[in-house]
Amino acid sequence: MIRVENLWKSFGNQEVLQGVSFEVQAGEFVALIGSSGGGKSLLLKLLVGLLKPDRGRIWVAGKDVAALSRRELELLRSRIGFVFQGGALFDSMTVYDNVAFPLREKTSLGEKEIYRKVMRELELVGLRDAARKYPAQLSGGMLKRVALARTLVRDPEIVLFDEPTTGLDPVVSRAVLDLFGAVHQRLKLTGILVSHEIPRIFEIVQKVAMLHEGRIVAVEPPDRLCASPEPVVQEFVNGKSAGNNCHLEGVAGLI
Amino acid sequence: MFLGQTLLDTLTPPVQGERVLRQTWFIGWKSMLVIALTGTFTGMVVALQGFPTLRRVGSEALLGPMVSLSLIRELGPVLTALMVTGRAGSAIAAEIGIMRTTEQIDALELMGLNPLRYVVVPNVLASILALPVLTVVFDVIGIFGGYLVGVRLLGLSGGTYFGEMSNYVELKDIWGGIYKALTFGLLIGWVCCYKGYHSRFGAEGVSAATTQAVVNASVLILVCDYFVTTVVY
Repeated sequence: MIRVENLWKSFGNQEVLQGVSFEVQAGEFVALIGSSGGGKSLLLKLLVGLLKPDRGRIWVAGKDVAALSRRELELLRSRIGFVFQGGALFDSMTVYDNVAFPLREKTSLGEKEIYRKVMRELELVGLRDAARKYPAQLSGGMLKRVALARTLVRDPEIVLFDEPTTGLDPVVSRAVLDLFGAVHQRLKLTGILVSHEIPRIFEIVQKVAMLHEGRIVAVEPPDRLCASPEPVVQEFVNGKSAGNNCHLEGVAGLI
Repeated sequence: MFLGQTLLDTLTPPVQGERVLRQTWFIGWKSMLVIALTGTFTGMVVALQGFPTLRRVGSEALLGPMVSLSLIRELGPVLTALMVTGRAGSAIAAEIGIMRTTEQIDALELMGLNPLRYVVVPNVLASILALPVLTVVFDVIGIFGGYLVGVRLLGLSGGTYFGEMSNYVELKDIWGGIYKALTFGLLIGWVCCYKGYHSRFGAEGVSAATTQAVVNASVLILVCDYFVTTVVY
């Protein structure tokens, strides 16, 4: 579903991505981990064509992203959902209008059908009662859930999550990740989740890709990643000072 | 390129009518008080300065034409544009800058929507629509301000003030002011939206974009004023 080959991207003298290659199969949920500022969010933006790579190829749903015309890119993007780090909700609109916005602008659905779909998604993320609130009146966790509802209302085949739990307390963060996992299980979406929530994310993804110094150094199922002999992986996943982070026994059935 | 794409999106349907109306209300109606105040005092000060000068050459009867022509041809369009830049242009740049920094513009793009059409075009159109109306309000209130000082305070007769005005003010003076207002409207919308749209990330980026929007638009208004005056009059 997603294939990246030898992707390079630099800003000035800084080579952020230096030959990234990896693949995500249809229906697979992959976590992308790596140190802050390492290019994970950048990689997501390259996947959806918000930025152009210096070198390398990206195929999403069989399309070479860099070679698409504006119209073709628009069509491809209609199949992709993107949950931004801060939610990227429109401040001037209520929660309901935010979720309804893509339907009003990109479909010919009537208000009755839009209402039904919007309320269904808000129900799914547990925010039916917040429909009339504005983004400024919501907590961080609620914002992320509304952002997910706005993404899902378009019925995407692929969903990209850009650090969706940043700034949330552990309890809310856990709830948000559980929600993402449940949504993936139910809808069988293809997804990439950029997150630092180790080991929590290991419970909801099938594979973990680790980006280090501009390259993907490992793409493994979570249990194998934890057992990886690679020092870089060990240091990041099992951080020496933090002890062993890979408490996967209780979640082995999910992986 | 930004201006060209914006104009193209402005001229091709669908136009975001509701957003245009909302922004026209924001730029136009919400600037009314500040325009009324500055218009009144500008007219008053022109009369206050002009009256003794005209008296020296024995032409105080021409105070009405002097106030009205100064306002209609020059001060009305320019001062209105500068006030709108400070009040609404800065807000437009900051709002779009925040939309950029909070990835709302990226979100629009990823929904397959054209951000220029949703964010920029309504502001540019609203600015073009609002400026001529505000300029006319500024002119009318300014002439009334001149009347207060010239007639009520300095003793010129009301008939002379308005009578001479109708003798000297021509239609082309009024149209010239309107053309200027339309040009400045386009300029404010374009510069402020451009700066906000290309804002750097973070609070500092938005702050810099807002400052640059106001400074650049203000300077460009004065520069353009010279050239539009050359062409129109």
